[in-house]
Amino acid sequence: MGNKVNGDEGNDVKQDLLKHDCSIGEILKERGVSRRDFLKFCSVMTTAMALPASFAPRVAQALDEVKRPTLVWLEMQSCTGDTEALLRSANPTVAEIILDILSVDYHETIMAAAGHQAEGALDKTIADYKGKYICVIEGSISMKDGGVYGTTGGKTHLERARQVCGGAVATIAVGTCASYGGIAAAVPNPTGAVGVKDAVPGATVINLPGCPVNADNLTATIVHYLVFGKIPALDSHGRPLFAYGKRIHDNCERRPHFDAGQYVEHWGDDAHRKGHCLYKMGCKGPATFHNCPSQRYNEKTSWPIASGHPCAGCSEPQFWDTMSPMYKRLPNVPGFGIEHTADKIGLGLVAGAGAAFAVHGVLNALRKDKEPAEETKEG
Amino acid sequence: MPNQPKFKSYIWELPVRWCHWVNMVCIVMLSVTGFFIGTPFSFGSSASDFTMGWIRFVHFTAAYLFAISVISRFIWAFTGNKYSGWREFFPLMTDAGRKKTVKMLRYYMLIDKQVPETVGHNPLATAAYVCLFGIYSVMILTGFALYAQHAPQGAMHKALGFMYALFSDQGMRLTHHISMWFIFGFVVNHIYSAWLMDIKEHGGEISSMFSGYKFTIKKEE
Repeated sequence: MGNKVNGDEGNDVKQDLLKHDCSIGEILKERGVSRRDFLKFCSVMTTAMALPASFAPRVAQALDEVKRPTLVWLEMQSCTGDTEALLRSANPTVAEIILDILSVDYHETIMAAAGHQAEGALDKTIADYKGKYICVIEGSISMKDGGVYGTTGGKTHLERARQVCGGAVATIAVGTCASYGGIAAAVPNPTGAVGVKDAVPGATVINLPGCPVNADNLTATIVHYLVFGKIPALDSHGRPLFAYGKRIHDNCERRPHFDAGQYVEHWGDDAHRKGHCLYKMGCKGPATFHNCPSQRYNEKTSWPIASGHPCAGCSEPQFWDTMSPMYKRLPNVPGFGIEHTADKIGLGLVAGAGAAFAVHGVLNALRKDKEPAEETKEG
Repeated sequence: MPNQPKFKSYIWELPVRWCHWVNMVCIVMLSVTGFFIGTPFSFGSSASDFTMGWIRFVHFTAAYLFAISVISRFIWAFTGNKYSGWREFFPLMTDAGRKKTVKMLRYYMLIDKQVPETVGHNPLATAAYVCLFGIYSVMILTGFALYAQHAPQGAMHKALGFMYALFSDQGMRLTHHISMWFIFGFVVNHIYSAWLMDIKEHGGEISSMFSGYKFTIKKEE
């Protein structure tokens, strides 16, 4: 399993295009993944999809039999962080191999082919497997000025997205940029960046936001498609419920400290060293839906809150604009200066009202009123 | 006419008074616990404590009570007496209401010295209450929308789905927080005006919210 077969990517492209008829079980066997590791992987995926353990054999059987689907991976306006997250694990895992097998047809960052050869592979794939391939998109799509701010192979990202997503059985938007535009779409959004669903409204899009995407969730989404033949149940933001169905805050390992009333007050203070709740440090866990606490990153090594940093809310739409300031509980009040918190403004409002009425009261006390005139009497 | 005898009239029915005081108690409890939830102190001495847990429990219980009280008062606006009826809240709809509004405004702005007698709500107060009910609605909707997130896809979460389309999550928190300050601004106004009118009208303005009776120059028909 340690020998990941990446030796000659150029041949792989050809070879794997020919191997579309092999089942995933066969390919994994050929690549040296033991049956035991395969079953372990199936159990892990069953858990990731939030299914009961009794589904594991069904997952294994389905993966054994299912023909490998074609997958193309397109880079748009992105930092390639999602690809990095996928590739930078310490040891090759079954998940990585599955994705590696799936993604060989076209992946700008890791494929050996270049130039016309690469574009030719993409054209061939989307023509040969129309309506059958899965498209993965990383990065936001520029819409402004005809989309000129992002082009690959002489075509704008928007054109490419329309061309490729249109023929895909489903499009998986990996990372926050592809899902909702991400940092590129933050105010003032100079390139008019949007997520895939906004750029190609007709496409079937599964959003897997996060900065970067959790590779386990991507694998689980693909496995879900392979096992059940359909896309997983989604929430109102187009995210699979199995991965984004619960709030970080409600599954957080530091939650007991929140309920107890034990908070980090300053970076590096005693509470911080003891691992208390990061709520007061601006943690956006209460506003963020993601399975980070259970799935974690880098092969379940850690995740932000486990390593002492508050959640930044990266998997929510427009997080860059709505979740800032990163280290404060509440956003700034729009239209006021940066350091004007809601409390300062509110206090000013109440003090102003108090002062106004105090003056009114004094003026009234100095006046002699008249009894009500006959026509104003009620009752 | 300072020695003129006055009639005692039953103005505020029991549900009106109950709603008023339940709202008040709820607003105090919700504000105190809400401040703590927004900016907690590290009260807990061990991870087995439940300080924040209990404070949130009080907040949510008071929230339910408050919502029930506000909804009850809304219903009472259609079933109660004329002083509590919904028409009182739109004085600008009638000719008499408009006249009264002008008189009240002139008195409040220290132009007129004559205190216009008011038996039920005065038109400026009802205008403020309409705004207040608006703020209450925002508070209840944002509050329960935030609360419902502990059980995504649950009944409450689904029923309030439109809120998540209208607000970002943090925007909802900010709105919930700043609306509390708007209520405080109202409270300053409200207490001052009640105090002022109690002094000026001699109709038992403040005690009427306990007893329901006001003292009026003419006999109530």
